[in-house]
Amino acid sequence: MKARVFVTLKPGVLDPQGKAIHHALEGLGFAGVNDVRAGKLIELDLADGTGDADVEAMCQKLLANTVIENYRIERL
Amino acid sequence: MKSAVIVFPGSNCDRDLAVAIEQVTGRAPAMVWHRETELPDGTALVGLPGGFSYGDYLRTGAISARSPVMDAVARAAARGTPVLGVCNGFQVLTEAGLLPGALMRNAGLNFVCREVALTVGSAATAFTGGFEAGATIRLPVAHHDGNYFADDDTLDRLEGEGRIAFRYAEPVNGSARDIAGIVSERGNVLGMMPHPERAVEPAHGGTDGRRLFEALLERVGA
Repeated sequence: MKARVFVTLKPGVLDPQGKAIHHALEGLGFAGVNDVRAGKLIELDLADGTGDADVEAMCQKLLANTVIENYRIERL
Repeated sequence: MKSAVIVFPGSNCDRDLAVAIEQVTGRAPAMVWHRETELPDGTALVGLPGGFSYGDYLRTGAISARSPVMDAVARAAARGTPVLGVCNGFQVLTEAGLLPGALMRNAGLNFVCREVALTVGSAATAFTGGFEAGATIRLPVAHHDGNYFADDDTLDRLEGEGRIAFRYAEPVNGSARDIAGIVSERGNVLGMMPHPERAVEPAHGGTDGRRLFEALLERVGA
């Protein structure tokens, strides 16, 4: 069983990395981008019996910093 | 004064911090590995050093903040023991929830490594009694993730309660309200990005950091 955790910056939190990527895209001539936000993808290979509540707790305790980040869990 | 400096894998200012504490207090701190679950009896000051613990993986300070020793640090903080987190130590304190907010990538994306001017925000903490509020001091900074972020309510509360210990007096990293260091609600936990331990003797180019350690010694007693 696998799960994917997407960690993204909350709206309104400045993302200098996203801004730099946006700037680089513009430098390559890609003019059709309004904004860029960079995040993280964390893939978990879960042991049998590891439930949604466990993954939720992992996100809350370590994988995301909920002061600045949101997370979304996708079970595969 | 008995003190302890916590050592995480990847700390690199732990010895500098220990030397500064020993020079001012006359007593070498215990170096406490992050796997320990207790601080030495009678520890009256805890230092969390700068560095790149766990290679800054996941988020700066995130993995260190979940080390076994951090439960002991949290208990000491709850008892009112002064806890000083410098640079990566500040990042660890926010990740551990001992200080509000978070430290993000510098707004300019550059690693900033130079001496900067700071304004002392509050002189009424265990750490800043050697300064006058509003005074300008100079300390070195060396960080990539020092851009302090918190929501507006938290920032208003920090300002209202006089918990902003130091502000940048010049543009450095994009920090909200120029915050360089904040203290906890009780005032006994200080997190700061600038390095006071790198400014304790004239050969360092300045001694403004020394006054922070002297104020601590005065507060805690020898």
